[in-house]
Amino acid sequence: MSSNYSIVANQLTKIFGEFKAVDEISFHVEKGEIFGFLGANGAGKTTAMRMLTGLIKPTSGKATVAGFDIFTESEQIKRNIGYMSQKFSLYQDLKVWENIEFYGGLYGMNKKEINKATAELLEKLELTKEINVLVGDLPLGWKQKLAFSISIIHKPKIVFLDEPTGGVDPVTRRQFWNLIYEAAERGITIFVTTHYMDEAEYCQRVAIMVDGKIEAMDEPARLKRDFKTNSMDDVFYRLARQAKRSDP
Amino acid sequence: MTTFIFILKKEFRQIFRDPAILRLIFIMPMLQLIVLPFAADYEIKNIKIGIIDHDHSDYSRTLVSKIENSAYFRLTGYTHTFKEGLQWIEDEKADLVIEIPHRFEATLIRESKADVLLAINAVNGTKGNLGAAYTLGIIQQFNQNIRVEWFQMPEFNPEPMIDVTYTSLYNPHRNYQLFMVPGILAVLLTMVGGFLSALNIVKEKEIGTIEQLNVSPIKKYQFIMGKIVPFWLLGFVILTVGLVISFIVHGIVPGSNIYVLYVFSALYLFAILGFGLLLSNFTNTQQQAMMVAFFFMLIFILLSGLYTPIESMPPWAQVVAAFNPVSYMVEVMRMVLLKGATIKDIWPHIRIIFVFGVVLNFFAIYSYNKTN
Repeated sequence: MSSNYSIVANQLTKIFGEFKAVDEISFHVEKGEIFGFLGANGAGKTTAMRMLTGLIKPTSGKATVAGFDIFTESEQIKRNIGYMSQKFSLYQDLKVWENIEFYGGLYGMNKKEINKATAELLEKLELTKEINVLVGDLPLGWKQKLAFSISIIHKPKIVFLDEPTGGVDPVTRRQFWNLIYEAAERGITIFVTTHYMDEAEYCQRVAIMVDGKIEAMDEPARLKRDFKTNSMDDVFYRLARQAKRSDP
Repeated sequence: MTTFIFILKKEFRQIFRDPAILRLIFIMPMLQLIVLPFAADYEIKNIKIGIIDHDHSDYSRTLVSKIENSAYFRLTGYTHTFKEGLQWIEDEKADLVIEIPHRFEATLIRESKADVLLAINAVNGTKGNLGAAYTLGIIQQFNQNIRVEWFQMPEFNPEPMIDVTYTSLYNPHRNYQLFMVPGILAVLLTMVGGFLSALNIVKEKEIGTIEQLNVSPIKKYQFIMGKIVPFWLLGFVILTVGLVISFIVHGIVPGSNIYVLYVFSALYLFAILGFGLLLSNFTNTQQQAMMVAFFFMLIFILLSGLYTPIESMPPWAQVVAAFNPVSYMVEVMRMVLLKGATIKDIWPHIRIIFVFGVVLNFFAIYSYNKTN
């Protein structure tokens, strides 16, 4: 396995009872790449991501994340990844700085490092004045940007984003993607699931999942060329139409 | 270690920011300790009694007035027919009807004995039993008085009489408050330890933050200790608040052995927190956790010896009670607060509750999975 890859998955499978949520998917993600994982609801995106982040154990297959085996080295993986889940993951009853301090502390940062990172982060998000505001009182778009910034506060090698822009307005989504680009420029590999096709265009490469399998994987431009269309929507629609299962 | 300090800081901030928790911690013990011991005791008062006196003699009137003057009874009324008396019971106007037959006095004098009929509404078993017991007590006394009146000389006494006198040790006035307060205090500790800790973890599951913790390098024991330590300390706060209230309101003085209570509570809280954690591992929403906790609390409290002595339960219930940590806490509370027990006195309890703590926490940590 080449060290140029930050994620390598080989026939990764997850079966819940009779249900093959993820069916032998294989792919790799290069270091510093923005890799999009597309699919309808229930296609298996989140399950795939949860296996890679160590939240669930795969049924079979192999995978490494940041060079560590997901079966045997999950604790090392946890040190090297960031994660932002579908559910909002900050504590609404804690203040902005308290959330930053807590998550920084979880990754072994000391008070000095945390203070420095807090100041930088808030300045970038233009939230310096809101440092003492309860997170629950922030507008949703700000919360999402804050959650993303906190998920990479410990400078991970890879960050996993599970539908990070759900319910956010287009302007904020744009700002959110600017944050993602900045993180990628600093060398953080981005693994993002989404079902917004405009976001797919922002990714360097995308994999489209249908019924637990990867049906197509390439750069968005090439996919459009292969499917002889000029929109990702069209590509996605043609693939997803074959799906037998909808929402689980 | 620094990580753990950040975890503790976060837990304490959340606890002190939640007005509901603060209310629970300070207002619940006050209300329970101030109100309950006065209301929830075993003394049954205001037993409604109907009287049917067919005799209207001196003796029957003496008996009736004795019953009327007792603090336990409230007179429903007099009637002439047993039928109406039963109707009173039927209508819940009376808990008890006493019928004194015709020629009660005459029979008594002639035959040295007479019958009195007592009809009891046993729907509320406790009330019925106690009502009957009180009435029998009064009748017995009445009996005795007559005897004393009739047979002044001991040699005429047809039956040997044993007069029992007794001393109530540790609670000389047999004050129910003194008996109930320590028990309620024990239940309070259980609620805080078992309920709040379980709800706290389940809340993290519900809002999804637990997932964020599970992808972080946080260790199982760090997470669990982060939940145990704050509630463990809160338990001591509640205990102290409770003891102060017991002293002010009920005049219960713990004496010099108060440290025994804290030593035991430290172990007890550890055990009951382990129970709360175990509970949270098997529930996913706060509602579920509440329902399950409520189910266990009901059993724990009813089989704790708080209201009914464990020794008088059927054997199977005694076995269940032996596995009920609350029963040990109730017992130790009473032992220390009423008897001034020492560490040596409660040593068997300490050993048992220590085993509880180790076993419950072992399973709690074992069943908490970062992955599934």
